[in-house]
Amino acid sequence: METPRDTSAPPSGSQNPQAPTPHLAGSSPRRGRSSLSDAGSTGRRGDAIFKFASSGSGVLLLVIMAAIAAFLTVRAVSAISADHGNFLTTADWQTQADPITFGIAAIALGTVLSALIAMVIAVPVALGIALFISHYAPRRIAQGLGYVVDLLAAVPSIVFGLWGALFLVPHMIGVNAWLNQYFGWTFIFHQNEPGTQPRSLFTVGVVLAIMILPIITAVTREIFLQVPRAHEEAALALGATRWEMVRTAVIPFGRSGIISASMLGLGRALGETMAVATVLSPSYVINFHVLDPAGSTIAQTIASQFGESQGTGRDALIAAGLVLFVITLLVNGGARLIIARRKEYSGADA
Amino acid sequence: MSSLATSSRSLSSTLTERRLPRWMPAANLVLAVLLAVAIGAGFGLSSKLQWCLIGAILFVAIQYVASTAVEGRRHAKNTMATSLVWVAFLLALLPLISVLWMTISKGIGVINANFLTHSMNGIAINQDGGGLYHALIGTLEQVGLAALFAAPVGILTAVYLVEYGRGNKLSKAVSFFVDVMTGVPSIVAGLFVLSFWIIILNMPFTGFAGSMALAILMLPVVVRSTEEMLKLVPNELREASLALGVPKWLTITRVVLPTALGGITTGVMLAVARIVGETAPILMLVFGADTINMDPFNNPQSSLPLFVWTEYSRGTDQSQARAWGGALVLIALVMVLNLVARGIARWKAPKGLSR
Repeated sequence: METPRDTSAPPSGSQNPQAPTPHLAGSSPRRGRSSLSDAGSTGRRGDAIFKFASSGSGVLLLVIMAAIAAFLTVRAVSAISADHGNFLTTADWQTQADPITFGIAAIALGTVLSALIAMVIAVPVALGIALFISHYAPRRIAQGLGYVVDLLAAVPSIVFGLWGALFLVPHMIGVNAWLNQYFGWTFIFHQNEPGTQPRSLFTVGVVLAIMILPIITAVTREIFLQVPRAHEEAALALGATRWEMVRTAVIPFGRSGIISASMLGLGRALGETMAVATVLSPSYVINFHVLDPAGSTIAQTIASQFGESQGTGRDALIAAGLVLFVITLLVNGGARLIIARRKEYSGADA
Repeated sequence: MSSLATSSRSLSSTLTERRLPRWMPAANLVLAVLLAVAIGAGFGLSSKLQWCLIGAILFVAIQYVASTAVEGRRHAKNTMATSLVWVAFLLALLPLISVLWMTISKGIGVINANFLTHSMNGIAINQDGGGLYHALIGTLEQVGLAALFAAPVGILTAVYLVEYGRGNKLSKAVSFFVDVMTGVPSIVAGLFVLSFWIIILNMPFTGFAGSMALAILMLPVVVRSTEEMLKLVPNELREASLALGVPKWLTITRVVLPTALGGITTGVMLAVARIVGETAPILMLVFGADTINMDPFNNPQSSLPLFVWTEYSRGTDQSQARAWGGALVLIALVMVLNLVARGIARWKAPKGLSR
């Protein structure tokens, strides 16, 4: 609370050099423009108030962020100190039992796995759709499609969850069996008990992919539309085919945008709660076989365990939430770094 | 004409290369679909998803082979990229349309005047009837409260970033943390309010607690969109106003903000549309109720996404039908907010700045 205030103080002081003593500040406006003295003084006061309000809002935002980190950490520390297992390596989540044993090994793995599956499916397809809308679709329908994608990006996740649980899960049985039959040797697609309901991390990944598809598409489409026409026409004039034009002019220009859009999607996928909670039948085991109905994600654990948890149980969920918070921070920070570095080296702005 | 074409081909120095006829992609598509159906039915693949995927792969492969044979490798690559882009688009459209279609077709049968004006009070899980009036009230109040906090704070923060901060340390920090905040998962925002409001301050579960979490989720979206809009306001306007002796704060409130008003309103409404569908923080903080509770400051409430979730998890046919109905109302609300926001953006777009 104290430090941000301090940083906001110097600029306000430096802008009103007459401010230090109230006596001087009151007399100063009268010096230059006597007839406007009233307007001048209310203007000064209004300025000060307005500036205080707007910088105060900025500080408030920082305070909220600091408070999120602080409160989550406080509760998480009290939970971890009551934990009888190792918080980082325990897979089990037993907060009602005695002794209390819980850890994030299984749920962090599930979170990352399902988000990765979603990214592998969604990013190429989203790039395809964005390219389609920006460079391939007939002009007349392109703008309409853009609107549709924007609208789909706003569909609440619970609707995707409902659709995933009641429509997609029954339709994934065939796909699961097929993947297990022909790709079971890849270990990841191996099914321990073939034929079970596909309420698995893989199905979750598919639902998440469909959910983040419009978001990634909406952002990358915006970027692709901003590619300078001169670049594209130069490529075409040199005899490039349309694909070569896309590869040499569009993709390099949009690379940082593609990365940030993907990271936005990844952030959504990592933190998604309801679409996972409706589809997955969770269990707290470390599970790499993504077709088996086992494993869980952090957000889903918080949502499904919350109702039954009290005291330390709730604190344990907050500790899990803190881990999720840190993961998303790392992802976003990484994206920002990549974008900043790309900006330095790309000549796209010229 | 034909003799010219043959002679040029024989000379092997052609001005125009050989191209596939324009109807080729359509023909290949038909061929791929037929083959996919044949394979799917022949091997007894049960899932229609597999049929679609096989068809898509076949289409791309046939296009590539045909193009290599006729046009050469560079064009074949181009053809393949074009077909891949089309396939990506069509394949992605299927699930998205399916989501909308399922919601509309299953939800429309449930929605009637009774559904919109009654709560779930006293309705057993395997009983028809009941409605989402309580959830609608809850959503409107919670989202309204969240917007009441997040819109002014967000707009003022953006004003600070654009008009006052301009690259000083505080504005850089704020700008960075706005980005960080955009990435905060909704459940983490919910956990924060839970730990500070409910566990530490020992407050009860109320609609207000939920709206605090929603406000946190809404704030960065408002800041970002408002910032973009304020940056679009031409500097000449500010300079003209300041040159007339208008104080800075009046310049901002009377000149800059009105110019950007359309865009700011759009941004706020899009942010509202985003938080309307948030379930996780509501689940933790508002707790849900089957009865009508008009007071967001006392006792648990419900909300539309929470209604969908609880009805889904009750698991009976009747309650799942109600879940679809709730999902349809929710989607309709989000779509209306989006369309209104876009309408405002188009209507209020400053002349000369619009594309």
